[in-house]
Amino acid sequence: MLKIKDLIVAYGGIEALKGISLEVEEGKIVTLVGANGAGKSTTLRSIVGLTKPKGGAIEFEGKNLLTVPTKDLVRLGITLVPEGRRVFANLTVLENLKLGAFYRNDEKEIKRDMEWVYELFPRLKERTWQTAGTLSGGEQQMLAVGRALMSKPRLLMMDEPSLGLAPLIVREIFEIIKEIHRQGVTILLIEQNANAALHIADKGYVMETGRIILDGTGKELLTNDEVKKAYLGESVH
Amino acid sequence: MTFDMLLQHMLNGVSLGSLYALIAIGYTMVYGILRLINFAHGEIFMMSTYFAFFGIATFKMPWYVVFVLAILLTGALGMTAERVAYRPLRDAPKISILISAIGVSYFIQNLSIVLFSGRPKAFPQIELFTGMLKMGNIYVQRLTFIIPVVTAVLLAALIYLISHTKNGIAMRAVAKDHETAKLMGIDVNKTIALTFGIGSMLAAVGGIMWGLKFPQIAPAMGIMPGLKCFIAAVLGGIGSISGAVIGGFVLGLGEIMLVASLPDLTGYRDAFAFVLLILILLFKPTGIMGEKISEKV
Ligand SMILES: Nc1ncnc2c1ncn2[C@@H]1O[C@H](COP(=O)(O)OP(=O)(O)O)[C@@H](O)[C@H]1O
Ligand SMILES: [Mg+2]
Repeated sequence: MLKIKDLIVAYGGIEALKGISLEVEEGKIVTLVGANGAGKSTTLRSIVGLTKPKGGAIEFEGKNLLTVPTKDLVRLGITLVPEGRRVFANLTVLENLKLGAFYRNDEKEIKRDMEWVYELFPRLKERTWQTAGTLSGGEQQMLAVGRALMSKPRLLMMDEPSLGLAPLIVREIFEIIKEIHRQGVTILLIEQNANAALHIADKGYVMETGRIILDGTGKELLTNDEVKKAYLGESVH
Repeated sequence: MTFDMLLQHMLNGVSLGSLYALIAIGYTMVYGILRLINFAHGEIFMMSTYFAFFGIATFKMPWYVVFVLAILLTGALGMTAERVAYRPLRDAPKISILISAIGVSYFIQNLSIVLFSGRPKAFPQIELFTGMLKMGNIYVQRLTFIIPVVTAVLLAALIYLISHTKNGIAMRAVAKDHETAKLMGIDVNKTIALTFGIGSMLAAVGGIMWGLKFPQIAPAMGIMPGLKCFIAAVLGGIGSISGAVIGGFVLGLGEIMLVASLPDLTGYRDAFAFVLLILILLFKPTGIMGEKISEKV
């Protein structure tokens, strides 16, 4: 569904991505894990056109994404839950969700999707009329995910949805990611929380300073000694 | 001061405040969406009066047609300035776009001196607006009532647009975060252009009514109202529409009342706005309605 080939991104003269390749198959949960500064966000930002790559190719269902402006990606079925949630703090929860469906005109379907989002996140429903800025961090993350779902994505990308959240909320968010996946949405999940991400992933990539150094199924990576040592905090004997 | 005089001054203050409010909204909307102080806004306002002048005096078209055309042309002018002078600099350091705005301001002002000459022109008087009404013991120009009513109607329409329409929600989203707005499928360029269009058209309505009220127009006429309305926007809390309106009224009413109660200070009338600016910057830099929004993690 999504193919990245030899992607190079530089900020000033410094290469943040030094030629990475990865693939997301339709219907799968794929995760990209790595330490802070590895280049995970840069990868996602390049996919949605917010960062311009120096080289390489990004294709979605055979279409070259490098020429598609950011605002047209939702129309292709691609959506991103950005790093740091980026909810519109000055707007209400309802307005944030409506913005997720901004490009759509099918009012009836939008209503149905809104019900679905409220079912997934009952706490958002209680806060429909509150401005997003007054929500807790966990609720803002739920809103960011809910907003993304309102665009009816086929590929949902998430940049560290668990960052800075309490363990209980993290577990809740991961349950919901699985639920969204069960509904047929393909997922590209970026995490520093490698353990949780690899547990739900069909396929994983491990990134280190602008390179992909390992890939495999979630299970393979979870039992890989190198991954255990570097990302899962386990000592290997 | 007799009651009649007080009433007269209040009416004057309210109508001047309305004009300030209409112009100040353009500053605040553009600032909200681009963090740019559009220094050319006063010149956009000035051009609207010339559009109206030529429509009526030169082309002899009916005033209602002219007013609509002048408002549309002014909107187009504001959008052109954005397209040509601001959009290419959107990712440049903020100071570049600010300097570009100053450039646009001087460009329009000087171009209009070349085209229309620096000599003031007499703005056409339209009896329907400029005629006098007798109210008890005082005579009041019809405009004095028309201006606040027109302003109120436009404000209501603007608030509806911004809070309830798709374009309005898009404007607020873009004001908050361009990148995320794009991810939602919002056309950020179009939304910013729309903001300039609306702000400029409101300034045009203000300009036309200004021309009717103070019937002398000149290329430099945008400078002082431009500065004052910028101050009104800062006073109310730049970025906030209700703030711009409140700031406009505080300034308009304050100015008139100051001159009325202390006629000796008439010569310092324009200074009032600047004193107010200094005070607000010293004691509440975010303005009356402005507040710092703290981001939650
Ligand atoms: N806008 C930017 N300008 C300059 N350097 C950047 C920018 N964004 C990211 N970087 C650098 O690129 C590298 C990768 O960053 P990022 O993709 O955010 O990593 P991650 O998301 O894995 O933490 C880091 O070294 C970071 O400092
Ligand atoms: Mg990151």
